Amino acid sequence: MAKMTLEQLRKLREDKKQDLTRREVEGKEIQIIVGMGTCGIAAGAKQTFDEIVKAVDEYGLGADVIIRQTGCMGLCYVEPTVEVVMPGMPTVIYGKMTQETAKELVRKHLVEKSLLENHIFDRPAADIVKK
Amino acid sequence: MAYKNYILVCGGTGCESAKADEIYKNLLHEAEAQGVKGDVQVVKTGCFGFCEKGPIVKVLPSESFYVEVKPEDAKEIIAEQVVKGREVKRLLYKKDQKTADTVKVEDIEFYQKQFRIVLRNCGVINPESIDEYVARDGYAALEKVLFEMKPEDVIAELKTAGLRGRGGAGFPTWRKWEFSRTPVADQKYVVCNADEGDPGAYMDRSTIEGDPHSVIEAMTICGKTIGATKGYVYIRAEYPLAIDRLKIALQQARDYGLLGKNILGSGFDFDLEIRLGAGAFVCGEETALLQSVEGKRGMPVPRPPFPAVKGLWGKPTVINNVETWANIPVIINKGGAWFAKIGTETSKGTKVFALTGKINNSGLVEVPMGTTLREIIFDIGGGIKGGKKFKGAQTGGPSGGIITSDFLDTPIDYESLTSLGSMMGSGGLIVMDEDDCVVNISKFYMEFCVDESCGKCSPCRVGTNQMHAILEKITDGKGTREDLAKLHKIGAAMKKAALCGLGQTAPNPTLSTIKYFEKEYLEHIDERKCVAGKCKKLVVFEVIPEKCIGCGLCARRCPVNCIAGEKKQPHVIDKMKCIKCGECYNACKFGAIVKK
Repeated sequence: MAKMTLEQLRKLREDKKQDLTRREVEGKEIQIIVGMGTCGIAAGAKQTFDEIVKAVDEYGLGADVIIRQTGCMGLCYVEPTVEVVMPGMPTVIYGKMTQETAKELVRKHLVEKSLLENHIFDRPAADIVKK
Repeated sequence: MAYKNYILVCGGTGCESAKADEIYKNLLHEAEAQGVKGDVQVVKTGCFGFCEKGPIVKVLPSESFYVEVKPEDAKEIIAEQVVKGREVKRLLYKKDQKTADTVKVEDIEFYQKQFRIVLRNCGVINPESIDEYVARDGYAALEKVLFEMKPEDVIAELKTAGLRGRGGAGFPTWRKWEFSRTPVADQKYVVCNADEGDPGAYMDRSTIEGDPHSVIEAMTICGKTIGATKGYVYIRAEYPLAIDRLKIALQQARDYGLLGKNILGSGFDFDLEIRLGAGAFVCGEETALLQSVEGKRGMPVPRPPFPAVKGLWGKPTVINNVETWANIPVIINKGGAWFAKIGTETSKGTKVFALTGKINNSGLVEVPMGTTLREIIFDIGGGIKGGKKFKGAQTGGPSGGIITSDFLDTPIDYESLTSLGSMMGSGGLIVMDEDDCVVNISKFYMEFCVDESCGKCSPCRVGTNQMHAILEKITDGKGTREDLAKLHKIGAAMKKAALCGLGQTAPNPTLSTIKYFEKEYLEHIDERKCVAGKCKKLVVFEVIPEKCIGCGLCARRCPVNCIAGEKKQPHVIDKMKCIKCGECYNACKFGAIVKK
């Protein structure tokens, strides 16, 4: 790398900040949790996960979103399943979240803040237990 | 590039020596072998601080905090966490091994009361990547100083912040800088004191290992402020990892044009050189250090003139300690007022301590000034090892003193420690329990000072030797009450007459232990007794015949074969031959051996 100017340094900082904030967890309020049990993986959860990672990046949400994987959510008949936790929105488990619908989910739920119809399957088990 | 998982492996010296590097390599290898190379980024970071439980591996975004990881665990971490997405439960940090309840990172008591400014990047970024440092607002403070702030503004900001030297004495940093800024000189210098030599201290080492760019950025800022174009980092040769990472960082900074000619096109030139210290403790004293940088023998010279006015080669020189430097970029970025909100009335900001000795969680901790010793030792440090009783804590190494349980609730700052007869020092904090003998410990520190005294002035050269001889006499059971008075007298003379800080503070451990543990000294002198059993010449091991069943275990363990006896008959220790190693005492399962 050649010697930098002030502008180049600032640009580098912006670029690298994105890389690093992806790694960080602190201060991120939105969580997308992908069910990656055997059932999920068999139904293509890995591809879904990759697609979500890509979509979150495209919408520039890397600094706000944690994307985690978890085990089987129990809704094996509608795999792959994805849970979205977000302030101001109800926590929802989406089913049949294939690679194709993943981007749509990010756009609808995270960007437009509305629910993705036809894919809502449940609320997390914790809510049910409490009732 | 976005990854699904990020694995942070501690690359501090503590964890490296426990095979962290092998863990790192195995993780990379396993990720490739299991076909998930693109899903995971493995990063080697600086010290996490929780050295007691090292090697530490942290996985994000699940925030799994793995402790005492072994190289062979890499396979399972990749297979479970990256491939299957579940935590490796057996490696997670547990508060209590028995209940096996795992604890979330934010709930680990060790981290709860900490506040990280100096160690902000340690355990977060890869210290060998300038890009990651830049991403965490690195070199943003330098930008400000080069293009937006006047030198006066920088010093005003430091004044508002109230930052004081972290090397021990606590001199206001802004004044040092101002002293060097005002004179007109054809050359000025900036020096980093990384000659950390207190027994048990490793704050500066870890800071450079974990975040070398923070020091480089700060020194460049100082260069611009005072008008210096050249700087030196004086670091001891015993810190190979820190030196390596510093070298890498310097090269990266030069490649990016953040060091060298015309930095970022501002017209300002600045470069740094590394000077290796040969490990003399006295070279941590600033005037001796500067002599050593000049290529002379490392011996202190009288002050004034202070280095800020007449330092390296007679030119104005700002010399600060690593930890002081690491604070500077944050102060410039967040403002002096922000910094001044942390800490106590007279001592602002945080302090890093290296917590060692008889403590459950030894490690590197950073707490706001004003935190009490009790919080550091019992909340963060997890209390005394083996449930024993706290006896005292030594701060400031061989220059400091001991703090007893009566003062556990004193908020720690420069003034409070000095009034207790100790000092802040660089931040070594050694915890002692009931099994430690204070006389013996004073002797240890005095021996250290005898070895490290440069010999230039007689109060130190002769004084340390004499005090050591008296302490030895007392631990040998030959001391008299007059000796205590002599220790006081010599100590007082050294404090007044010695040339540099090393000599002036060398009597501190002895004088403070006499003050707080006079009873123990008198026991050694009057009763020829060492309750802790550490002074070998005062200890006698004996067999209680009624309790001895004659198993012969002690006789087999004895390295000098001084225990004899028939099988199933009480044994006898030959006190003439006994070397008082205590093996028999530890070996006996029936409590039949006593230590008197």
